[in-house]
Amino acid sequence: MEIVLALVIVAAIAWFVTVPLRRSEDEASAVASRTEDPAIAALEARKEAKYREIRDAELDREQGKLSQADWSRQDAELRREAVAILKELDRARGAG
Amino acid sequence: MDPALKRKIRLIVALSAAVLLAVALIYTSFSASTEAKEPSQIMNAPNGGSYQLTGIVVPGSIHHRGSQLDFRVADRDDSSASIPVRYSGEVPDPFADGREVVVSGKVENGSFVGQRDSLITKCPSKYQTQAQQDPEHVIISR
Amino acid sequence: MITLGAACLFLALVVALYGIAAALLGATRHNRRFTDSARRAVYAFAALLTLCVIVVEAAFARTDLSLKVVADHSSTTTPGFYKLTAMWSSQEGSLLLWGWVLSLTSSAVLFATRNKHRELAPWATAVLMGLGAFFTGLMLFDANPFARLSPVPPEGVGLEPLLRHPAMAIHPPMLYSGYVFFSIPFAFAIGALITRRLDASWIRATRRFALIAWLLLGIGILLGARWSYSELGWGGYWGWDPVENASLMPWLAGTAFLHSIMVQERRGMLRVWNVSLICGTFALALLGTFLVRSGILQSIHAFGASTVGGPLLGLIAAVVVGSALLIVSRLDDLRSTKRIESLLSRESVFLINNLLLVGLAAVIFWGTFFPLISELFTGNKASLAAPWFDHYATPLAILLVLFTGIGPLLAWRRVSLGAAKRLLARPALVALVAAAGLFAFTDTRHHPLALAMFSFAAFSLAALVQEFARGAAAYRSLSGGSYGHALLALFARNRRRYGGYVVHAGVAVLLIAIAASSSFQTSRDLRLRPGQSASVGGYRVTYEKPTAQISPAEQRLTFGSVLAVAKGGKPYATLYPSRNYYAGAGDPTGAGPVRSFFEGQATSEVGRKTTVGGDVWTAMQPDLSSLNPVINGADRRLERIAKGVSPADAKARQTIGFLQGLAVRAIEKRYLADPPPADFRVNVNPLVTWIWVGGAIAAIGGLVAIWPAPEARRRRVSDVYAARLARELGRA
Repeated sequence: MEIVLALVIVAAIAWFVTVPLRRSEDEASAVASRTEDPAIAALEARKEAKYREIRDAELDREQGKLSQADWSRQDAELRREAVAILKELDRARGAG
Repeated sequence: MDPALKRKIRLIVALSAAVLLAVALIYTSFSASTEAKEPSQIMNAPNGGSYQLTGIVVPGSIHHRGSQLDFRVADRDDSSASIPVRYSGEVPDPFADGREVVVSGKVENGSFVGQRDSLITKCPSKYQTQAQQDPEHVIISR
Repeated sequence: MITLGAACLFLALVVALYGIAAALLGATRHNRRFTDSARRAVYAFAALLTLCVIVVEAAFARTDLSLKVVADHSSTTTPGFYKLTAMWSSQEGSLLLWGWVLSLTSSAVLFATRNKHRELAPWATAVLMGLGAFFTGLMLFDANPFARLSPVPPEGVGLEPLLRHPAMAIHPPMLYSGYVFFSIPFAFAIGALITRRLDASWIRATRRFALIAWLLLGIGILLGARWSYSELGWGGYWGWDPVENASLMPWLAGTAFLHSIMVQERRGMLRVWNVSLICGTFALALLGTFLVRSGILQSIHAFGASTVGGPLLGLIAAVVVGSALLIVSRLDDLRSTKRIESLLSRESVFLINNLLLVGLAAVIFWGTFFPLISELFTGNKASLAAPWFDHYATPLAILLVLFTGIGPLLAWRRVSLGAAKRLLARPALVALVAAAGLFAFTDTRHHPLALAMFSFAAFSLAALVQEFARGAAAYRSLSGGSYGHALLALFARNRRRYGGYVVHAGVAVLLIAIAASSSFQTSRDLRLRPGQSASVGGYRVTYEKPTAQISPAEQRLTFGSVLAVAKGGKPYATLYPSRNYYAGAGDPTGAGPVRSFFEGQATSEVGRKTTVGGDVWTAMQPDLSSLNPVINGADRRLERIAKGVSPADAKARQTIGFLQGLAVRAIEKRYLADPPPADFRVNVNPLVTWIWVGGAIAAIGGLVAIWPAPEARRRRVSDVYAARLARELGRA
């Protein structure tokens, strides 16, 4: 009885694990299109992180950690960096 | 100051602090440590030597005298080599005849005076007997 | 069922090996089919190990003594709950637990990243399946949980009495889960190093897993300390025992890692630090597993020499050497062009933080392994006791608590000197006032290190309060509303930051409590007869009368006492410390059945009065030497009766068992009628409760930081900024 169960499990696992190997070409390309492009994903992440930095810098200024002068300098720099990332994103999306 | 120079200075300061800490560490650890010895190794040791005594509690040797605990500790492999121990302080739960113990202290006139609360008793280990019974198994230990 | 379980374990190894192969094929050939197949192999691996766990636990639940692991760690008389938790008190069960948690977390992270990180995921899969194959192989060849016993013994050895405690039931799974969760960021870091994708992708994919690992490991450590304090007759919560240190080192490295990755996510700096920290943390986690399981160091916890020590050490060496080689070969890709702009910035504080935490871990590492180091140089194993560790850990901890306050106060990139002075002024003032007050009005002036700890912790707490206050004020100036609402909004808008601040507050409280309960503890050993009293640190304790109890269900005899505690002449508390003696089944000394009660394992029930100000703690040990004649007499009589009976006579054996019970009851009566003197240890521990409170606060803060923000909120914030920047780009 246990042997039968064991064989069933082996068969089930073998079937389950080999599904991707038995994919048709169409399925394969559908899967590929679902996957995110690592380059674009990384850029998106950097963009989000940059937005967070801009927001945090604003909060820091409100809390008095950054003087107005320090803040405007940092904010300008951060926005420059954000715009650069957005431009890179556009390029990457256009190319992909 | 030139930022590159500032960075170099910071690096040197950090490295020096690390080296100092390491030297202090090494020096104090060798002087503050106590060597682990079995009874046969310290039976004839000079008075006043500090050691960490390891061995097996000789069955039948445990006596409570007031708040002092007297017992004998023997070598793990040679039960005839034993030394009397005087100890006061916390006695761990597993302490009993035949158990493996570790106690820190000094040698005084042929007996061992244990430092307060330094008595450690090992839980009787089942893994140990298994490993010892099968000679093919590799054991990482003393 | 057992055979099926064993088959599943073997199958799991096969699947894991396939997973490695498929993942490597998918990684090197960029073949999505193989990568997906490898991921499914991970899911199958998890399913198989789950089946194994179910089979083993079912065997424990019905006390199937044909299974060696059940016979060695459980018995028919073990209470139900502990039957299930007994699994991980064994070598085999612990390995199974490790492997199972690994399989589940690997499945989780690979499912979450199934359509992302297509370059990193395959390599991470290979690493994780490599670990899975290792642990499964270790079980199959060295410590098989499905090993059978023949003939089947009539009764099991039973669970170590010390482990019959809820905290001890949860402590090992917590620790192992903590260790295992660190394997996820480690695996992705290896993937990042191999593929040279050294931006923050691997961190993004696994940050939450690292946080969960840190949280579980921290809770596990605190549970261990709490158990030690409330259950052991020693009355301490931390002894710098090798096994304790083994769990603390990866936690310290993990803390450094969690902070340091924030710098990489924001500024792209400290990348060498981050890969090194996660590889180090994981190696330390494996080392922690090894130390507990190998018996290589003298420890009350060490489970004796075992056969898994060698392979585990090999794995650790492979991890260390492999990571080092990878990191060194990628150094050029890792080095960042950006530099820390100013000493007065969060980046710089995080760097100092890294150094302090790694330094502390290094000191603990040196001290823990010193017996082996000294053996290398002098031929003798020499060990270091707690005072040496305290000597180094205390100043480092004091500096760390200072930075838990400074870090939150500073901003990223740089803070001008003027602004820094303004920000630090009020917390520094609070610290000075606290220090002055303590110095003038309390005993603290004789304990300079404790005074430093209290002042710096006061600084940190004041800094954190200031952060919350300013944040709430800033929010209110923009959006109005009440202070309470503003505080909640702070947490909602930035869980990571403010959750982190709560963790810092918890840690500061915890360190204050540790300083207070160690520097200002009063401890006395007393020997009292019923009726006698003594003074301990402002309290008067009186041994009022003895107590005794028998629990047939637990096969346990308890001798205890009633200890009345008075403070300032008035009754303060009544404590009931006691000592439990158990009927031993596996004791090898072959003593008589009654004596075996007192020769075997005994546990202490601690008597404790807990208040916010501190604890009065006591443990007792009765002097049983006066009962020896009675015990020996009973054993002699029982022996004579047993001689005249044949082993096959079941009814007679039952009667003998009954007589043994009577003998034990007679001893119990004797103890109550003519109680011998008892040794008491009485400790007065100020503020010790705050250790657990501080830990709980830190854990809650950790949970808040882990909790994901709802998708909608993230999108809203992002859209706002997108709109503003769009203007800059000249788009509508």
